[in-house]
Formats: sequence, C-alpha cells, structure tokens
Amino acid sequence: MIEVRDLMKRYGETLAVDHLSFTVQPGRITGFLGPNGAGKSTTMRLILGLDRPTSGSALIDGKPYRDLADPLRHVGALLEARAVHPGRSAYHHLLYLAQTQGVPKTRVTQVLDMVGLAGVADKRTRGFSLGMGQRLGIAAALLADPRLLLLDEPVNGLDPEGVVWIRTLLKSVAAEGRTVFVSSHLMNEMAVTAEHVVVIGRGRLIADCPTDEFIARFSRRLVLVRAPRADELADVLRADGAAVTVQQDGALLVDDREAAEIGQAAAARGIALHELGPQRATLEEAFMETTRELVQFHQQAPAPTATQASR
Amino acid sequence: MSTADLSPDTTAATDGHPGGRATGAAPAPAPAGTGHSTFGRLLISEWTKLRTVRSTVWSLVALVAVSVGFTVLILSVTAATWASAQRKNSGAHAILLADPVPTLLGSGLIFGQLAICVLGVLAAANEYSTGMIRSTLLASPHRLRMLAAKCAAFAVLVFLVGEALSFCVFAIGGALLKSHVSVALTDRDVLRAVIGVGLYLAVLGLLSLAVGQIVRHTAGAITATVALIIVVDPLAGLLPGSWGAHVSGYLPSSAGAQLLDPSPTAGQVLSAWEGFAVFGLWTALLLAVAGWLLVKRDA
Repeated sequence: MIEVRDLMKRYGETLAVDHLSFTVQPGRITGFLGPNGAGKSTTMRLILGLDRPTSGSALIDGKPYRDLADPLRHVGALLEARAVHPGRSAYHHLLYLAQTQGVPKTRVTQVLDMVGLAGVADKRTRGFSLGMGQRLGIAAALLADPRLLLLDEPVNGLDPEGVVWIRTLLKSVAAEGRTVFVSSHLMNEMAVTAEHVVVIGRGRLIADCPTDEFIARFSRRLVLVRAPRADELADVLRADGAAVTVQQDGALLVDDREAAEIGQAAAARGIALHELGPQRATLEEAFMETTRELVQFHQQAPAPTATQASR
Repeated sequence: MSTADLSPDTTAATDGHPGGRATGAAPAPAPAGTGHSTFGRLLISEWTKLRTVRSTVWSLVALVAVSVGFTVLILSVTAATWASAQRKNSGAHAILLADPVPTLLGSGLIFGQLAICVLGVLAAANEYSTGMIRSTLLASPHRLRMLAAKCAAFAVLVFLVGEALSFCVFAIGGALLKSHVSVALTDRDVLRAVIGVGLYLAVLGLLSLAVGQIVRHTAGAITATVALIIVVDPLAGLLPGSWGAHVSGYLPSSAGAQLLDPSPTAGQVLSAWEGFAVFGLWTALLLAVAGWLLVKRDA
C-alpha cells in the first residue's frame, strides 16, 4: 500500500507537487493520470525516496522508502528515465541489483526469461532498442518478486505486442492481491487496465475514484439520437435549452439530457425515433474535460465527435 | 513475509506473453530469496559494478602500462647518461644518489596515478551520467551505506593492484640501475615506501571518487582532480620562501607522497606518516562532503 500525505515538492519557484494526498490500495491497478508537467513523475520519485519532499510524506507499507531494509521486495519500480549503464550487460545490471538484498542468480536468469531478454542477457545494453530497454526495466522491477509495482509510463516505446503483454502482466499481478500503481498519458490504455484512477493537474489532486465513476462524474452526458424528422426534434430540444449538435450523417448529439427526457419530448411531438443511445464517454474525454483548464501547454483540440464518444 | 509463496504467481502472470519462450514445461520458479541490504551485500554488489564495466579494466591496464613504461623509459635514460650526469654532478643526480627510492617508484607512477584519478571519478560520476544511480538507490536507499560499500570495494581493488604494481616497478627500477645504485627492500624504510604506493593510490582513488560524487559530471570531475594533482600541488611548491614548502607540503598528493620517500629531506615539513595522515584527512573531508550531498540532494 502507498500512502501519500500532504506531499509537497518545490523546485526553486516551481511547485511541482502541491499538497497531494491519496492512497493506493492493494489488489488492484490504480492508474495515475495527468497532463504533461502535472507532477506524476515527481510524485513517483518522491514515493521512491529518490527526491526529498519539501514537506509531507509518502509511505510504502507504513514506512518511508529510505527506511525499507529490502526495498526491492516491497516495490518494483520502473522509471521513465533511463537507469542503466550502457556498457554493462543486461545480466550484470540485474545481478548487481540482486546482490544488494540476497536475490539468487537463478532469479536473475528467470526474470530475463520472463521479459523475453534471455537471448541478449550477455549483450551490453548500449545496443538495446527502446522496447528492449523497457523490458529490462520491467525485469528489474520484477526481480525481487515485489508486493507492489510502481511503473512510470510502462508502455512507452513498446510495440503493440509489448503493450498487450504489459496489460496482461499488470492485471495478473493485481489479481494476486498485489498493488499496482501505473502512470500513463495514454488515457484509453488506462481505461482498459485501471480499475481506479488518481488524477492530478499542476501537482494538485483532481480525482481519486474508480475509473467508471471518474468517467461518469467528469464527462458530459451525451445521447445520440436518430430520427427521420431530426431537424424538427433538434429545434424542440434547443427550445428546451439543450445543446444539440448535428452529425455529418444527420444524427443528433444531445448534451446534458437523459435519454428518457429526449424520448418524452419526441413522443409529445409525435416524432418517431430510430435510435436513442446514451453515449459512454471515454476516459480520454473525461480526462480532457477535467484537465482542460489545468493543461500547462494548452493545445486547441477539436470537440469530441460521436465516433470518439461511442467506444 | 512469504515471498516464496508469491513467486509462482509472478511466473504465472507472465504466461502467454509474446516475447516468451515456447510453451511446455514451465520452469520451476526460483524464489526471490531473502535478505536485507546490509553492508556486506552492498560490498559484493559494488564489486560486481566495478568488474562488469570496461572502464575499470582499461584504467587499471593504463595504470600498469603507463607506470611500467615510464619507469623503464626514464630509468633507462638515467642509466645511459649516468657517466655524464656524474661528471656534471647535478642536483638531481645528487638526490638520486642520496635516496634512489623516490626516483625508482615515482618515475612511472607520477603519470600512472592519473589513471586512478580517472577510475575513481568514473566509479561515482558514471552512475549519474548514465542514470544508473536511480537503479542503485532504489535497491539501496540507505545512501551512506551504499557510498561506504562503494569506497571499500574500490579502495581494496586499487590497493591490491597498487601493491602488485609497486613491487614490480621497484624490481624493474632496481634492475635498471643496479650497476649504479644498490637498494634493497631490507634497507631502512624502503619496504614502507614500496608498500606505501598501494596505500597512496588507494587514498588517491578515494579522493577522486569523492570529487566524482560531489561534481557528478565525469569530465568536470576528472579535470578538477587531475588539475589538483599535477598542477596545483607542484605550482604551490614554487611559492616564494618557506611558503612553498609549507603550502605544498599540506596539499593532498604532495603530503601523501611523503610516504614514498624513505629519507626525509631537509625542507620537508611533514614526516612520512604525518604526510599520509594529512592526505587521508583531505580525502575524509571530501568524502564527508560527498556523503552529505548524496543524502541531501535529489538523485
């Protein structure tokens, strides 16, 4: 379990992490979301004791990381930045880590096999591709069979196969009752892997809730309507104060109205409906919605369309 | 803590991943072992780090090659020009006659020691230039213990190589000058001087390691260390009057080098062991700063 309590980190003038508090519960995958520069990596570095918090604390199984006697058995971490000497072989990189807390050599060979690097174990990592480097990072994280995995952007640089592999790995690790805390900027990746999300923006907590709830709470309610007299229905709904967008194919996208209300309104006017479907917003949209004002490097994004919405 | 119970699950977790081996009999899961990151374990880990990069091997090869090479070159020339040097009765020749040991040991080491400076800096600064420090500190978050283990592993390696080198250089130098000077390990304080080479190099290595740990940039730290050893120390000796002897005498490498000189000369401010102690204090001070910064700074 990870407990972050009132965590704060200041780099000179910049407040990277602003009084952040949340708990990562065991037995599930918790996604860590936030736009670039939101402080995700900094928060993870603070949890791992690599950086010192300006104030507040981050505890792993009740202790600061720096006080863990065999940290690799508590936490397996994959950081975004490269953390390997390019002149050392993959095997020796893992060996020196294993030796710090009595992990046997057989386990080194085993994790290399698990991540599919057994064939290049004795090659110096200088020649590794981004994906191979990422697999070596995962091998290091799994090395001491940790109860908690903390991964910063693990699918970066992985091919589609690798992405599926990570997804499967995370799910089974969580199913065993272990804690998984994974950051990503790929919201849809999080939607299929994470059951719970912690969302931050500019170092501040925006949401800490189940993924479904986050989507429901923060996304707009959209209903897709198809009707032969669509224009007439659109006028009726607009007169009632609803925002209606007409799609290219003539379908209506109604904002902030329940499907039942729309059905009633149509029935009252005797308008036939061919389709009336609430749209489940994606995590991506919910995320964009909540972080819109917080995005530091704001980019003008096109409004979500029906195709994006009907995932 | 039942880590052994958990490991089969981890293996199961990765079944069916695309990069895996052909399916079949799953390999028996190796338990991830037990054990805390004690000093002993960190020592083994640091030794692994040292021996598994090429820079260590190459630096030690450079140390030996340069030291032996320059010893042979300089002492051969000395032997060949013996007669004319004797006729001119130069100061350098008089010093050599009075006490040949510093010349025997120092002719090559004065250049060879730079390899140890480089190796010491690399041992610490490489962790930062490659980003490997993050892996290291995740495995051993007790940072001072990690630094102490690194220092111990490195110092022992340099000491042993330094001792072997020192006896070789002494034998080679003695052989080259044997028709002109006679010097034996059994002479007064000669053994101390020969053994002193290993000690001197080990402490010099630690001093470089401390600079590397403080500066965290390989090139900058190497420049700083080499400048201190081959520029600042000798230049201080040129200060006017007794200033030169005193300032230079207390600077790290000059003070440490006193150990390699069996017969103290008149102007010497520190005795052999005093000099070595001053050298050790400089190094301890730099290591203390390095340790303090290591704990204080973000990795």
